[in-house]
Amino acid sequence: MILGGGISGIQASLDLATAGYKVYLVEKSPTIGGHMAHLDKTFPTNDCSMCIESPKFLECKRHPNIEILTMTDLDSVEGKAGDFNVTLTQRTRYIIEDNCTGCTTCVEYCPVMVADPFNENLSKNKAVHIYFAQAIPLTPYVHEDCLYLKDKSCTICQGVCKSNALDFNQKPRKMRLNVGAIVLAPGYQVFDPSLRNDYGYGKFPNVVTSLEYERLLCATGPFEGEILRPSDKRHPHNIAWIHCVGSRRVTPGDNSYCSAVCCTYTQKQVILTKDHDADARATIFHNDIRSYGKGFERFYQRTADLPGVRFIRSYTSVGREIPETRNVTIKYDTFDNGVKEEEFDMVVLSVGMNPPADVKDLAAKLGIELDFQGFCKTNPTNPIETTRPGIFVSGAFQGPMDIPESVVTASGAGSLCGQLLSYRRGRLARERVYPQERDVSAEEPRIGVFVCHCGANIGRVVNVPSTVEYALTLPNVVYAQEQLFSCATNSAKEITDVVREKGLNRVIVAACTPRTHEPVFRDTLREGGLNQYFYDMANIREHCSWVHSREKEEATQKARDLIRMSVARSMLLEPLQEFDLPVNRKALVVGGGIAGMTSALSLAAQGFEVYLVEKEKDLGGMARRIHSTLGGLDVQAYLADLIQKVYRHPLIHVATDAVITDASGYVGNFITRVQSDRGLQEIRHGAVVLAVGAAEYKPTEYLYGEDDRVLTNLDLEERIAGRDEALLNSRSLAMIQCVGCRNEDRNYCSRICCGHSIKNALELKELRPEMDIHVFYRDIMTYGMAEDYYREASEKDVKFIRYEPQDCPRVEAVVEDGRSVLRITANDPVLRQALAIDADILSLAAAVVPSEGIQEISKLFKVALSPEGFFQEAHVKLRPVDFAADGVFLCGTAHYPKHIPEAVSQAYGAAGRAAVLLSQDSVTASGSVCDVHESMCIACGACASACTYGAIRLEDTRRGQKAKVIPVLCKGCGLCNSKCPTGAIFLKHYTDAEIEAQILAALAND
Amino acid sequence: MSTGIEFKPRIIGILCNWCCYGGADLCGVSRFQYPPYLRVIRVMCSGRVDLKFIFLALSNGADAVFVGGCHLNDCHYNPEGNYDALSMSKLCKKLLEHAGVDPARLRLEWVSAGEGIRFADIMNDFGNEVKLMGPLGTSEGKDGDELKRRMEEIAKLIPYIKLVKKEKLALHSHNEKDYEELYTTEEIEALFREVPSYYIDPEECQACMTCAGRCPVDAISGGKNVIHVIDQDQCIKCGTCLEVCPPRFGAVMKLIGEPAPSPVPEESRLIIRKSKKQAAGSL
Repeated sequence: MILGGGISGIQASLDLATAGYKVYLVEKSPTIGGHMAHLDKTFPTNDCSMCIESPKFLECKRHPNIEILTMTDLDSVEGKAGDFNVTLTQRTRYIIEDNCTGCTTCVEYCPVMVADPFNENLSKNKAVHIYFAQAIPLTPYVHEDCLYLKDKSCTICQGVCKSNALDFNQKPRKMRLNVGAIVLAPGYQVFDPSLRNDYGYGKFPNVVTSLEYERLLCATGPFEGEILRPSDKRHPHNIAWIHCVGSRRVTPGDNSYCSAVCCTYTQKQVILTKDHDADARATIFHNDIRSYGKGFERFYQRTADLPGVRFIRSYTSVGREIPETRNVTIKYDTFDNGVKEEEFDMVVLSVGMNPPADVKDLAAKLGIELDFQGFCKTNPTNPIETTRPGIFVSGAFQGPMDIPESVVTASGAGSLCGQLLSYRRGRLARERVYPQERDVSAEEPRIGVFVCHCGANIGRVVNVPSTVEYALTLPNVVYAQEQLFSCATNSAKEITDVVREKGLNRVIVAACTPRTHEPVFRDTLREGGLNQYFYDMANIREHCSWVHSREKEEATQKARDLIRMSVARSMLLEPLQEFDLPVNRKALVVGGGIAGMTSALSLAAQGFEVYLVEKEKDLGGMARRIHSTLGGLDVQAYLADLIQKVYRHPLIHVATDAVITDASGYVGNFITRVQSDRGLQEIRHGAVVLAVGAAEYKPTEYLYGEDDRVLTNLDLEERIAGRDEALLNSRSLAMIQCVGCRNEDRNYCSRICCGHSIKNALELKELRPEMDIHVFYRDIMTYGMAEDYYREASEKDVKFIRYEPQDCPRVEAVVEDGRSVLRITANDPVLRQALAIDADILSLAAAVVPSEGIQEISKLFKVALSPEGFFQEAHVKLRPVDFAADGVFLCGTAHYPKHIPEAVSQAYGAAGRAAVLLSQDSVTASGSVCDVHESMCIACGACASACTYGAIRLEDTRRGQKAKVIPVLCKGCGLCNSKCPTGAIFLKHYTDAEIEAQILAALAND
Repeated sequence: MSTGIEFKPRIIGILCNWCCYGGADLCGVSRFQYPPYLRVIRVMCSGRVDLKFIFLALSNGADAVFVGGCHLNDCHYNPEGNYDALSMSKLCKKLLEHAGVDPARLRLEWVSAGEGIRFADIMNDFGNEVKLMGPLGTSEGKDGDELKRRMEEIAKLIPYIKLVKKEKLALHSHNEKDYEELYTTEEIEALFREVPSYYIDPEECQACMTCAGRCPVDAISGGKNVIHVIDQDQCIKCGTCLEVCPPRFGAVMKLIGEPAPSPVPEESRLIIRKSKKQAAGSL
């Protein structure tokens, strides 16, 4: 059972269901989707949040092993790991899900307007309504303000419903489930700023929370994507954001921790605001800018570089509302001129994350413990384990985290469930059954075109109705219509219905990019009984409405052209059959650090044989140099235990001193050659986990290497652990943060160094309370719960001195009163004066840099690197441990710097994803592979020499040699096609004829 | 062209799915704006882009062609198809030059899936460049229709060109410099000078059907006892007929620098075998 249907619960459900377990996805609200569905875009790529999440809703709905229970609350959990008895109560929707078609006639006729929870109550909706357009299930629910529920005075909806779906006599339904494991993914609730009255929230209408602002930005929001302020529905041009609302404070009602996501989502909101209104002015009042995540630093710079954007580091409070304009003032400290009061059209409060509302009650029912902040208490060595065996936790219930971490922990929770239940895998699983494919070979092409508005994303720029009309004039187009969201469940159903009714044999959806949505619509075609390769997509959003947003006519013309091209291509499409490839159920894990070993153990615990290869002589990786964590974990003891477990596990084969000399093959069937202490091995495996770690930057600045009193954080850690005399006898110690990163050479934050420095400082204060410790920093990146340690360090008199990047501290060795010291001089930007600190030891927070071998590994396994030189995941938000190359997964610091618990989470995540693959008997290979028209082949060999996959062989036939394709080896790149002089070899689905038809159609006039 | 209507270039873009198409998507996601000239065709790899696509586009009204792939050494595929695209584009530019077409009308760029802004920059830049070039023929100072005709002529020879330049097209050197002067103007001129014609000597042809059966494009007509004739318009100059004609007949000839003689008229293609001749004579 998965409790919570947000992105984390969805991911855990999909992973486990695909791996062959029966999953109950339990959600308290009327639809799955969680908070992510409320967001407009996601940082740092500004992907449309709903657009990337909603395909997963459909996947859940269509998955034969997932049963979705919405509006359902947990009552009790009895039993033990492997055998829990769960009782649930499903609240009344007053709509019979099985009868409802989602036609929304009831919504149309309902006379009552209520505040719309999806739009954070900023707009109204009917008392019976569907939560949002992509909701799963796509069934309305009746709001408590319904007239019938109040005084039985209205039954209009019952009258208009043609499917007898309304049932006001519905009673809450009790359910009992027997499940083997439970994943908790109840998410979070946003901090409510009206609890404190210092921000004017609730009093001044133009003070909104960031989540409310998110809805204002969104095309499906209260004003169709127009940013209008609540008081007078006018466009605000001068907007302020206030950071850390409810976070990083110990005052009652606030949270002491940092909510980890607000800095970056604020920057996203600023960028989007500037997209809506290029002249808008944005002011961000902030504390530290916590750009600790992958791509965050660049994102921050991108925001700060926009014209009219000001970042002001200051404590602030909301002043007053100007009665005439209803503008709001903010008071802030300017350092130079005292407190200033400034007026804004609108103020957005960047609110933090709280534990779920009913968390105490929930914990009591589950029999789990909470931490003192109210989040789930977890195992210090495994953030996915709760205090009750068999119950796991993923997503923000662990503590504040962003979407990718929620997805990683979900896959990780999946892996841990697999460890517990692998012996029962597949027992309750069912196969997805599609209707019989219709043979259309004798039919003329009958094309249907569906043009998507994508809310307002397309419709605001492209004239959709006229585009539909135009499509109908094209040859062989027998049907065309518009859709608000083609990706919504009801739209998918509409498409399959139309395919049947109109006898379509080709379908075109003119909407967004095939890179994300093609699989969804191909599936829709299969549901409609058509071969999935009869589907084509015209990208009129990413390649049209979004990039020509100011040229509506031109964009409409382009949309018509793109559809015409698609129609021309569709006529030539052929049905293709995919084929199944067997999966070798062994895994290779590259890298024997904490991440690699954890992944290996988790896979082995699920019954998969694992080859673990490590380039060094010993296992352990970077952790060999780390002795403790901020949370107080004894890293060496933990590591020793982990290594022992790895060596003792019968399914894990360890090779050290290993070098990978060659890697070939494809998903499910890799062949890797490894030279190691075991000699040269040829390993055959179905999946690879790359956990090659990272390295510490070797500073060239601040006298490092010249003066042996200058250390890196890791050097210092080793000396603390070794109780080094010279260190403990020093009177004064200084630390400099951001050494070798957040600069031009390495434009990223190394994420872990602030926490690392604070841990070292706290340990030193424990050993020598009298030692003076000064930390020179730019922004302290103690995101999440680490914030409390930052506070503790301040309270223990560790002094934090900020410096600006253009004005770094200077270090020199001097002799003062006969004492040889390192003198660090810096300009304090707050006090506006130079300070000099004399220290006996200087520790540098040296950057985390990609490991030396990462480039070689990335070439061998054909995986991409990010601009920073770390591994590039398949999708920053939703496929954080997958590579674009199938069957290859990543975890640990090779992805980006991370703390040990984070690396452990990610290692379980990668193991979970790999286990999903290894649980399959076979994987399906694309039908888009090459074939040869034998009569046209002249055996010139150009194709065979182009194909390094070895997929083409020249074979003797009665008519001389002919090229022959081995389809399982063909990857569908089509390189051979462009070499072939006669056009004998052809890549199915991308044939010459298809591409040439597109070219000619593009150039034809309408 | 002084119609007073603003010239709106038509650019065909062929982008690889993994990088450049993703970059174009990200460009949209990030709302970076560029002029609406481009019409995108998605392929899996830039190495899939065939010379003939570019000629087809330019001779049918496109003002320019844009090919986008992954950065070198970042190709999603093991054979690193973007190097193939690089070699193809170098050859194509030379061929365009030979036709009298401004080679700048073909542009090849590498854009990763993370470079939305780069895609917009390139589209803005290339859009302006093509706009300045004007419709086909303008920047060349030639008649556009004439250029199209010449390109169509060259397009017919693409199979021959692919065969002759087989090695260079599959160069696969990882040193970008190796591609810079890969094809020289002299080489291209020689290529066209040396275009062969294949001709079946009616005197020698024994109408054995071997060449007709093996011709990849069915350009050889004839049947049993009917002398085989190559349709020069259909012939792609692959030389298969020459290769397979039984040596004892040696009927196929490769002619360079001269057109193939006109075929014998249809009515006189029937072969009267000696034995049959005798039989006929004895009648």
